[in-house]
Amino acid sequence: MESPRRTVLFAQQKALGARCINFGGWEMPVQFTSIIDEHQAVRTSCGVFDISHMGEVFVSGPRAFDWLQRMLANDLAKCPVAGGQYTFLLNDRGGVIDDLIVYRMAEDNFLLLVNAAKIGEDVAWLRKHAVDGATIDDRSDTMSALAVQGPEAPRVFREVFQCEMPARNTFVALEKCRGAVIAAGTGYTGETGFELFFSNTLAGDVWAAVLKAGAKPCGLGARDTLRLEMCYPLNGSDLSPDRTPLEAGLGIFVALDKPDFIGREALLAQKHSGVPSKLVALRMTEKGPPPRAHYPVLVNGQEVGETTSGALSPSLNEGIAMAYLPPALATPGQAVQIDIRGRHFAAVVEKKPFYRPSSARAA
Amino acid sequence: MNVPDDLKYAETHEWIRIDGDTGTVGITDHAQNELTDIVYVDPPKVGAAVTAGQPAAVVESVKAASDIYSPVDGEVIEVNESLSAEPALVNTSPYENGWLYKVRLSNPSQLDALKSPDDYRAQIG
Repeated sequence: MESPRRTVLFAQQKALGARCINFGGWEMPVQFTSIIDEHQAVRTSCGVFDISHMGEVFVSGPRAFDWLQRMLANDLAKCPVAGGQYTFLLNDRGGVIDDLIVYRMAEDNFLLLVNAAKIGEDVAWLRKHAVDGATIDDRSDTMSALAVQGPEAPRVFREVFQCEMPARNTFVALEKCRGAVIAAGTGYTGETGFELFFSNTLAGDVWAAVLKAGAKPCGLGARDTLRLEMCYPLNGSDLSPDRTPLEAGLGIFVALDKPDFIGREALLAQKHSGVPSKLVALRMTEKGPPPRAHYPVLVNGQEVGETTSGALSPSLNEGIAMAYLPPALATPGQAVQIDIRGRHFAAVVEKKPFYRPSSARAA
Repeated sequence: MNVPDDLKYAETHEWIRIDGDTGTVGITDHAQNELTDIVYVDPPKVGAAVTAGQPAAVVESVKAASDIYSPVDGEVIEVNESLSAEPALVNTSPYENGWLYKVRLSNPSQLDALKSPDDYRAQIG
């Protein structure tokens, strides 16, 4: 097995007591002190996550826009310069290769922020479909990134950059420590906050500046419970090449009215015939072990699906999970059972999301 | 990490306190510190037979479910009921209030195969 990769902040994080796990081929902090403490820090004050493992792929050139309109499922025409948009790379069957944020750096220059475990596959897929006039530049190895999230994030931003935090789904290009930093009003926790993208050479200084401004170092454990409370999908768990965004309940990020994009025909057919299953939010209504991925979900003793993600929600102190269920069962209020080590625990289909952050701004 | 002198230890980070022919089993301070944030404990059933080196209980932290292996063969005679309401006792009091179950030993000679406090201290470094 290949030895896991490390971000340039690895040593600094180890020195802060980070405990690491392998995530998508990367040795990353899962927690520093406690997942629950870090989760609460993001919900009530401010936390910082090293997300340098994620991929930064630039696409530029006179045909960049037209080509990406065909490669990505959302409508790029609705993403202005200095804006960001959640979107998908789909396969021909409409299945999810990756979910990502595209940032429009200029009319003809785009930054794709992709999942760590999918960088190679995404870039190979893009190159396979490459056209003249759209240059693909994978800078994942030379760029680092931080996500700073929580109600105190705007104050942290002002302290670090001496200006106001960019609005949700917009970004600004700034200078910090004599280097260029892209600062975007995006995140994966549901709280207000920002994400920073910059050269590896700046990573130590930017990390230190954010900590000094009061952000608490957080690991992937809290990142996972935070995103699950919001029902934000994790590719590889809740999304897969065999599931479409329509099945995942993410149809609003797919522009079926665009004339053409990879996967469109399959999605149109699925929309016509109806989806075979829907990704639902499940909340345990009975005290029991925390649900986790790949636990069977039953209705009246019959297995109807399995969980794709699960955790004890630190905010609700209840077990929460997501699962693909037949559409007839995918209605809030539907009672189900989750099989945990052979015992059945009561749960109910919930309206998404599980949690509504106090600091979230209107999208 | 705290490693009390009056206990025997398994390489898989369980401890056992012997009192006559019964033993009280829990996980070590080192183990609870590694797991952190214990949110659920699935104890064995009273009357169940447990086997040395085989899973006897499950302790769940926020991030993972971990099997707890019985240090000895025997019959479970009591489980720590207070853990269902307060699983974090395993974190805050791993050797006292956070014990997991009591077992009547069927093969006390197995205790010889367990680690002394010094050997366990050496193991966890």
